[in-house]
Amino acid sequence: MIQGILGKKLGMTQVFVADGRRIPVTVVEAGPCTVVQKKTESADGYNALQVGFEAKKSHRVNKPMMGHFKKADQGAFTTLRELAADNVDEYQVGDQVTCDSVFKAGDIVDVTGTSKGKGFQGVIKRWGFSGGRATHGSKFHRGPGSIGMSASPARVHRGKKMPGQMGNARVTQQNLEIVEVRADQNLILVKGAIPGPNQGLVLIRKCVKA
Amino acid sequence: MNIINYIGMENMRKDVPQFKAGDTLRVHVKITEGDKQRIQVFQGVCIKRHNNGVGSSFTVRKVSNGMGVERVFPLHGPCVDQVEVMMVGRVRRAKLYYLRNLQGKAARIKEIRQR
Repeated sequence: MIQGILGKKLGMTQVFVADGRRIPVTVVEAGPCTVVQKKTESADGYNALQVGFEAKKSHRVNKPMMGHFKKADQGAFTTLRELAADNVDEYQVGDQVTCDSVFKAGDIVDVTGTSKGKGFQGVIKRWGFSGGRATHGSKFHRGPGSIGMSASPARVHRGKKMPGQMGNARVTQQNLEIVEVRADQNLILVKGAIPGPNQGLVLIRKCVKA
Repeated sequence: MNIINYIGMENMRKDVPQFKAGDTLRVHVKITEGDKQRIQVFQGVCIKRHNNGVGSSFTVRKVSNGMGVERVFPLHGPCVDQVEVMMVGRVRRAKLYYLRNLQGKAARIKEIRQR
């Protein structure tokens, strides 16, 4: 079976469960994904399925890619990703992978997305440094402070937390619970928040831990 | 319709009465103790309505043994069995936080008389 599915984050809301609790959920439009290519142990050295997600107009696709999509004969796609599968033989090129065939309510999943970009940020926002006091003659406000020692080691340690680009990076949120799967609308409701903006591409996979 | 709003609508209750800040409410709250369930009534003045689709809530304030008690209830949650509107109050604010600083007679709210 395929180990994950591609989706689009639609936004957050909440649902009530029978015992009265309310659960924050992120709604993901997951699939249907189309199998475009099979990677097999014999030909490629590993087993995986290349799937396409979200239709793309054919006149926007270049000829080499169109030839690749032709093999599946399900139109062109905006996104192609390889997903691990433990038995590739279950699928044929051109098959549709739907959310209910991969996940059911109660499953624990990891969700990967591209986090919202925050631009170039200082150490207070990026790493949670506490900064200095604002008043009483203080001249140290939001700076990083000392970044190391003197003659020994005479360099800055690798991995030192410094200002820089924050966000817009690949982020995986692990161990989220699937609250509901709606096959007719291709929706998956995941408990809690997931990385990225609304309308962003996300990858839902079976959890690696537990 | 927007899918987020649609899922919210599915989780909304259709039996919520019309009320606003200033109204006196009787809120029947379901309380689960072990495997038994009973209903407790909390009566007081609605001092605030927070309107946010399925996440809407309202705050009810009462004075119990001289101590002000406020509870926030989800408008659409299943833990609220029923909301009764006892009195429709005449107020000039949407959020009645000023009631927290008033006591006794000053904290009364006039009723709108229905004809």
